Amino acid sequence: MSATEGTPAGRLTRQEVAHVAMLARLHLDDEELDRFTGQLAVILDHAADVAALDLDGVPPTSHALSLANVLRADEPRPGLDRDEVLAGAPDVEDHRFRVPRILGEAP
Amino acid sequence: MSGVPGHDGWELVVGLEVHCELKTATKLFCGCPNSFGDEPNTNVCPVCLGLPGSLPVLNQRAVELAMAIGTALHCDIRPSTFHRKNYFYPDMPKDYQISQYDEPINADGWLELPDGARVGIVRAHLEEDTGKTTHAGASGRIHGADYSLVDYNRSGVPLVEIVSAPDLRSPAQARSYAAELRAILVATGASDGKMEEGSMRVDANVSVRRAGSSELGTRCEIKNLNSLRSLAHAVEHEAQRQVEVLESGGVVRQETRHWDEDRGATVTLRSKEEAEDYRYFLEPDLVPVVPDDGWRSAVAEALPPMPAARRRKLGALFGDEPVEPGGARSDQVATVVDLGLDELVEAAVAEGVPAALALARTANEAATDADAARRLPLVSYVALLRMEATGELTATQVKTVLADLLRDGGGDPAELARERGFEALSSEAVAAMVADAIAAHPDEWGRYRSGEDKLTGFFTGAVMKASRGQADGKAVAAELARRRAEP
Amino acid sequence: MRPSPARTASALADAVRSGSTTAAAVVEESLAAIAHGDGEVHAFVTVLADDARRQAAEVDRRVAAGEDPGPLAGVPVAVKDNLCTRGAPTTCGSRILEGWHPPYDATVVARLRQAGAVVVGKSNMDEFAMGSSTETSAFGPTRNPWDTSRVPGGSSGGSAAAVAAGFVPLALGSDTGGSIRQPAALCGVVGLKPTYGAVSRYGLVAFASSLDQVGPFATSVVDAALLFDVIGGHDPLDSTSLDRLPPRMASVVGDGVDGLSVGVLTEHLDGAAPDVVRRVHEAAEACAAAGASVEEVSVPEVRYGLSAYYLIAPAEASSNLARYDGVRFGLRVAADDVVAMNTATRTAGFGAEVKRRIMLGTYALSAGYVDAYYNQALRVRTLIAEAFATTYRRFDLLLGPTSPTTAFALGAKLEDPLAMYLSDVCTIPSNLAGHPAISVPFGTGDDGLPVGVQLMAPALAENTLLRAAAVVEAAAALVDGDGNAVGVEEQR
Ligand SMILES: [Mg+2]
Ligand SMILES: [Zn+2]
Repeated sequence: MSATEGTPAGRLTRQEVAHVAMLARLHLDDEELDRFTGQLAVILDHAADVAALDLDGVPPTSHALSLANVLRADEPRPGLDRDEVLAGAPDVEDHRFRVPRILGEAP
Repeated sequence: MSGVPGHDGWELVVGLEVHCELKTATKLFCGCPNSFGDEPNTNVCPVCLGLPGSLPVLNQRAVELAMAIGTALHCDIRPSTFHRKNYFYPDMPKDYQISQYDEPINADGWLELPDGARVGIVRAHLEEDTGKTTHAGASGRIHGADYSLVDYNRSGVPLVEIVSAPDLRSPAQARSYAAELRAILVATGASDGKMEEGSMRVDANVSVRRAGSSELGTRCEIKNLNSLRSLAHAVEHEAQRQVEVLESGGVVRQETRHWDEDRGATVTLRSKEEAEDYRYFLEPDLVPVVPDDGWRSAVAEALPPMPAARRRKLGALFGDEPVEPGGARSDQVATVVDLGLDELVEAAVAEGVPAALALARTANEAATDADAARRLPLVSYVALLRMEATGELTATQVKTVLADLLRDGGGDPAELARERGFEALSSEAVAAMVADAIAAHPDEWGRYRSGEDKLTGFFTGAVMKASRGQADGKAVAAELARRRAEP
Repeated sequence: MRPSPARTASALADAVRSGSTTAAAVVEESLAAIAHGDGEVHAFVTVLADDARRQAAEVDRRVAAGEDPGPLAGVPVAVKDNLCTRGAPTTCGSRILEGWHPPYDATVVARLRQAGAVVVGKSNMDEFAMGSSTETSAFGPTRNPWDTSRVPGGSSGGSAAAVAAGFVPLALGSDTGGSIRQPAALCGVVGLKPTYGAVSRYGLVAFASSLDQVGPFATSVVDAALLFDVIGGHDPLDSTSLDRLPPRMASVVGDGVDGLSVGVLTEHLDGAAPDVVRRVHEAAEACAAAGASVEEVSVPEVRYGLSAYYLIAPAEASSNLARYDGVRFGLRVAADDVVAMNTATRTAGFGAEVKRRIMLGTYALSAGYVDAYYNQALRVRTLIAEAFATTYRRFDLLLGPTSPTTAFALGAKLEDPLAMYLSDVCTIPSNLAGHPAISVPFGTGDDGLPVGVQLMAPALAENTLLRAAAVVEAAAALVDGDGNAVGVEEQR
């Protein structure tokens, strides 16, 4: 059964969940896709009270802090030992991090 | 000249995005050295490797260099915030870039081109650079590589991204904008402007439209413009490509294209049909930067004069003779300003050296080793140029002595000239040699006296030969003219 | 089983500093307790026995040499496994970080070591701190020492259980939506979430950066204050670290609540179990008996906290957890190209709850939805902060339950994310506002399991919070294990 069946208009769809999984670099099989679609839809339904509030004119708060201009002097600090850094890496060649071929250019 | 070269009736619209690496001692958010060309992965720490638990702390110097750039580009310097731009890429350790989004530190400025045109600056914001990827395998390019290797030394190096308005109308103007921007970046001390080392990187947004239209056409973004030359070529080729597409009834697709220097053409990198979804949101690990008036004016007061002002100042040395834009003298002025050799010219002129001579020697000879020239004691340089102005040394001799001065980092030009055996010929000696030459070539002398001016060279050559190059050409010419004027 | 807590940290440190015992002996006792009891409780992901013995020996050397060994000399501490410990595993309860040894110490860990504390192990947690039961750990659940069929709460369940079981007198946890206070309540120990910015986050593996705070677990309020004094204060490596140094909290703990005003938050009583509500009322009476004015207060905006939190926290998490891509550290699952490798690694390395929240957060931030969800949640955050600001003009403190229920059975809510999320309903508002809050044990519920009451205060009012917590703690000592308050009535 597809989780999109019988869901009200505007509810999260299976296709949206698949798209989000792609953006997040996660692979979901068919069963997971159904399960996640259902579970996320329930959570988003619960958030509908928030989504429905009329908050025009209320500024967003990203942060509880009211700090500004937290700056550091432009002075070098010791970094990490290269061998220690590379020892924790999955694959290394020539003192660099090795990755499989890259198919697309950076945006 | 505006328009699309070779295609009448079309207008070219170009905006440039320039990424400039700032010349700080350390990276934007950590204390690792900001240094080019070191052994891979030696300038790294938890922050610039994006290790779990690490947090960014903003570099004050980077903020001030960004403000300096904003000031030089006549921008509003505003309270600003940082956002996360989310996308996965192996050269980006956190898989998001910390960048300024809807509240950039600098906005709404302008830059004046040497021809007087003003180009709008939309914004100039701070962001972090990525690591560097080397592609291993047959081609050495990303396409066809078997695998890639990543070095994070560059990761987190501070960048200012400067976005121009789409105000540029020709390949030459695009080039001129990039050259002028580079000169400004160097002058502020924010950047070394080295395009070949990637410390200044230019992307061009190019579109075309029918002449007279006010709507913007679909634009393509061109990447990989590694020099001013390739910028101009790429813009020209891309404009022609778009016009050809449109004239044959096609449509230009919005996409990112790559300038292929070898083929002399732009090629598709990526179609923008599927828009990127960067999921920007305010970076919770950083707080806003809110410059007050005191901070803004301290940055402004510390700024040296910008290239346009310096060019005007050099131009003023010529008095009533204006420096024509695009002419040879204007190029010399630009070179002197670019290389920061203004002081040499100004000091020489102040000591009575003719402006044209001071400019020529500085732009042509001193410029060959600008680093040494900037370190040269002004007294040495001025003394040497005076010896040329008074005819004590010939132009050739001055060039030789100047090379010695640059090599030695200074010295007494008179002494160097003596060591070289450049004995200054007295005016009596010159007069005697001219007299000898006249006596040896009576026919030529007769023709010269009756108005054949081109024989000046013949006599000058003869005197030069006799003096083994030590006579000053101008002094010889003056003596010849004096003799001709004698009854 | 009713656990028997270890001696207090203050008593242990005093004994080590005075030479009446050695750090080595204290640490051996802790390691022995862990060896004996942790098979059943599973509070630890990693026990660092050798490291701990080395650190203890160093403390003893300092004592012998007449140097100051620090305020926590020889005190064994459990450190939540999302705090980086140099050279020692730091897993965040996830397969994706299995085998990763950070090359640096978190600031709080460095400060612990500086203070003479001994890190005996890394405590279990919900994967990346996403959970309220410590069941989402990739390394198996932690069990509640009071009843091992029950959860210890989460996500810092390992730290809470380690203190409750008497393995260590102190532990560090992190609290994003209640992850210190809720397990403290369910395990019957004290848990403090400091003001946002009061404790450095440098080296705390981020879940939701604008909400995360490190804080102490202890068996007493004064011990919690002692640990807070050690870990708190400005850190130049954290841009959100406050430079207003809090005063030494441990010294004000005994100052009482005479003259303070306490509001009992009715919205948090509404959804709570009757036995829990009864305890909250008893705690309120204890405050009144000690001279505070107490009245009920309604702050309706807090009801939106849960929804806002479950949009904001996953949104930040979706970005914070992007770096687990198989390139630089931790797990890699091989694949032909880099996108396939990233995807295979993350798919294999993350558990279901982490994936669920990454998906939720990615969705809430994605084009077309960001205004309806994420930005709307940030506006709700403003409403809640403003409502608190108004309320704190009338009250010094707010009081309510920490968790709506006592510890629930293992597995009871694992398949129902929303039900699990609801167990954080009382703790979340303080995180959204950035305010400090503390959970203090106050007797037991009808099932004989601990009840925690929560005290909340405005930003940087930790001293008020700790004073009131000590009053509640003293009253709790008069409450018997069968749920009958003893002596409170008489005190009035
Ligand atoms: Mg950019
Ligand atoms: Zn670094």
